[in-house]
Amino acid sequence: MTFELVCFYVFAAVAAAAALAVISVRNPVVAALSLVLTFFSMACVWLLADAEFLAVALVLVYVGAVMVLFLFVVMMLDIELVPLRETASRFLPIGVAVAAVMLVEMLMLIGVRSLKVEPIADPAATAGLSNIEWLARSLFTDYLLPFEVAALILTVGLIAAVPLTLRHRVGVKKQNPSRQVQVRREDRLRIIKMAAETKQGESP
Amino acid sequence: MFDPLRDILLGYGNTGLTVWVLLKILAIAVPVIITVAMFVYWERKVIGWMHARMGPNQIGPLGLLQAFADVFKLLFKEVLRPDAANKTMFFLAPLIALVPALAAWAVVPFDAGVVLSNLNVGLLFLLAMTSMGVYGIILAGWASNSRYAMLGAMRAAAQTVSYEIAMGFALVSVLILSGSLNLSEIVLAQKGSKGLLDWFWLPLLPMFVIYFVSGVAETNRAPFDVAEGESEIVAGFHVEYSGSAFAIFFLAEYANMILIAFLASVLFLGGWLSPFPESWGFLGAPGWWWTFAKAFFFSFFYLWFRASFPRYRYDQIMRLGWKVFIPITIVWVAVAACMKYFGWVTIGA
Repeated sequence: MTFELVCFYVFAAVAAAAALAVISVRNPVVAALSLVLTFFSMACVWLLADAEFLAVALVLVYVGAVMVLFLFVVMMLDIELVPLRETASRFLPIGVAVAAVMLVEMLMLIGVRSLKVEPIADPAATAGLSNIEWLARSLFTDYLLPFEVAALILTVGLIAAVPLTLRHRVGVKKQNPSRQVQVRREDRLRIIKMAAETKQGESP
Repeated sequence: MFDPLRDILLGYGNTGLTVWVLLKILAIAVPVIITVAMFVYWERKVIGWMHARMGPNQIGPLGLLQAFADVFKLLFKEVLRPDAANKTMFFLAPLIALVPALAAWAVVPFDAGVVLSNLNVGLLFLLAMTSMGVYGIILAGWASNSRYAMLGAMRAAAQTVSYEIAMGFALVSVLILSGSLNLSEIVLAQKGSKGLLDWFWLPLLPMFVIYFVSGVAETNRAPFDVAEGESEIVAGFHVEYSGSAFAIFFLAEYANMILIAFLASVLFLGGWLSPFPESWGFLGAPGWWWTFAKAFFFSFFYLWFRASFPRYRYDQIMRLGWKVFIPITIVWVAVAACMKYFGWVTIGA
């Protein structure tokens, strides 16, 4: 057994165990952290498969940004653990059905592919480029239109999320930093010249 | 210089390779840790001078051993744990903060070819590692089961996520110009006959400033240190930590600061390239000393900022990140793309 194979089994086992922990642990924060571990181990598995860009992008986007926000929300919530259990058992049949359908679909996909597609050589290696360079070239030349459409959809989604959650509350006192920094001394401070007040006959 | 040692070790096959890589890791990690200790001394000294006082001057010549005295004091102190804290998470948090802080050093090039891992996705790896450091802070805040720590963790998380975007865009402009994610190639792309005018700080001047300011915000340093703002929330996320657990947080924060300083020198100031023309002999020759000199210059900025600026208000930090930096960076990414496309800047020698 080569060193890479050992690494693969270790990372895959950690990923599977962490994924199990996500749905089985009681504490939601621990569950979210297990999901982080799942992502990270999967990134390691992808690194072993020479998909370095995908692996680092997974860590960067999901571990570095998305899960931080997840944790942020989960920590703020005061989740009652007992009702969570009850709802879990209520949704269990639906969950099992979805998982079964996904499993069947994946098996079909793998089965169909193994029948039809010949194992292709790594296109990056045949072009003599590094993985990421090849990915960038094909993404921005051959697949430019799908890429731009995806970018547009994401931007629309981003902008749509803002009006959906934006609430204008009345009667709230807010600071306006751009007005704050425009304040001049003359607006706030007035220097008045006045004569010294002295009693008659005394020296000031 | 180390080639004979490498050849001997590689002669033993995979075991030798592992030992060789471990030696290289130690050759980076141990100096980083010692630099952190000396940097703390330097920080206290500089801030002392700026406050017109002496700074540490009692232990050792010029107070030089003060940093080590502090380290030993912290290591021998009792590590306390609040009763209601989550035990595993409480002690896991400092380690999670430290690991990415040290791992990021793997891709920093100190000189031509002097880098632990010459990764093709080096820049992305760095972004990924720096963005993971925030987990240690969040976990520390949550596991401590204390309101101050929780508030500090929330602030740190929001701040890091916000400034990561501006920082990411600044890096995107660098990689547009250099055409590579490999840090060594980014340095070589800044090589040219005009010396320091060929470096990326000039065409990317706004991004350079934004990168460094975001770096200061990302490492939660003054004037953006609301995550531990002692006047509001005592010490923020690490208020419940003592002894060596606190020391690890400290180490991670300073290792990150020095890392940002090194990256600023590598990405925008030409790394190991000399600012002078080649005809100047020793001064014109490239070398690791230039990387270190530039990094020292930037790490000095941290101290300078800390002694000069009052702390930002929390909403001002968010406004600066989202409403000022991100729009500027988006515009300048387009400008950088135009520079590259129309050939306004020369890339490489």
